[in-house]
Amino acid sequence: MYELKKYGHSKNGDTMENKKYQRVVDNNKAPEQRGRNALIAFLVGGLVGMLGEGIIQLLCYYFKISRNEASTYMSVILIFIASLCTALGFFDKLVTKFKCGLLIPITGFAHSMTSAILDYKKEGPISGFGSNMFKLAGSVILYGVVSAWFFGLIRYLIGGSI
Amino acid sequence: MLLLNSFLFCGIVCLISQLILDNTKLTPGHITSMLVVLGAFLDCFSFYDKIIVKVGGGALVPITSFGHSLIHGALAEANSMGIMGIVAGMFDLTAAGITSAIIFSFLFALIFKPKN
Repeated sequence: MYELKKYGHSKNGDTMENKKYQRVVDNNKAPEQRGRNALIAFLVGGLVGMLGEGIIQLLCYYFKISRNEASTYMSVILIFIASLCTALGFFDKLVTKFKCGLLIPITGFAHSMTSAILDYKKEGPISGFGSNMFKLAGSVILYGVVSAWFFGLIRYLIGGSI
Repeated sequence: MLLLNSFLFCGIVCLISQLILDNTKLTPGHITSMLVVLGAFLDCFSFYDKIIVKVGGGALVPITSFGHSLIHGALAEANSMGIMGIVAGMFDLTAAGITSAIIFSFLFALIFKPKN
């Protein structure tokens, strides 16, 4: 009985130790590692932003549409690319490499939705991916709508018409 | 020039969020939510519009532009419709992004099989 208890305790202790160890490792990541992560995020994020501007200019030039229309097409195109790459399976690897460089642009939004659907696909269309697809993107939409409503109300009450 | 500005702006947003991710316990979910709120806040007094004029497409790519276009659509509708416009016009500009994200992810998830 004592042995069992001791075993259970030590097992629990082990997992706790592992967690603690992991935390210590996370806190003491070499500064060079962090610097490299930040540099990679800067370069990749910058390239995605440049791609967005390039798509807008190309669409404006070839299809003779206004910048506003072109920017809508641009976000749809980026979402299409991100969804396709996620579904093909190699976007996850890119995200683990480039992290915020791909998660902060609109590609991260599409990636979170597509990967949520793929993850819950096994559990069926309604209780599986239907109810879980907004698991990650939901917080973005929720806080976006709440804050836009709040700030919009303040702006409307203070400044009147725009 | 707009291309360079886009590179710098989008890169700096990603750089800041990567620094937050590495140095705190916040997850990417926290950071994207914070950036959306920040985008909505900056457009409260049309500051984000000025950034877009200077930076171009680079300011429309990060997730901050999602908050910006939410509040922008709401205020534009409120301008013509009164206070109900804030509720009615909320998704006017982002509808394209959200709808296409839902449709593309649904179609691709039906076609492709999950890896791992």
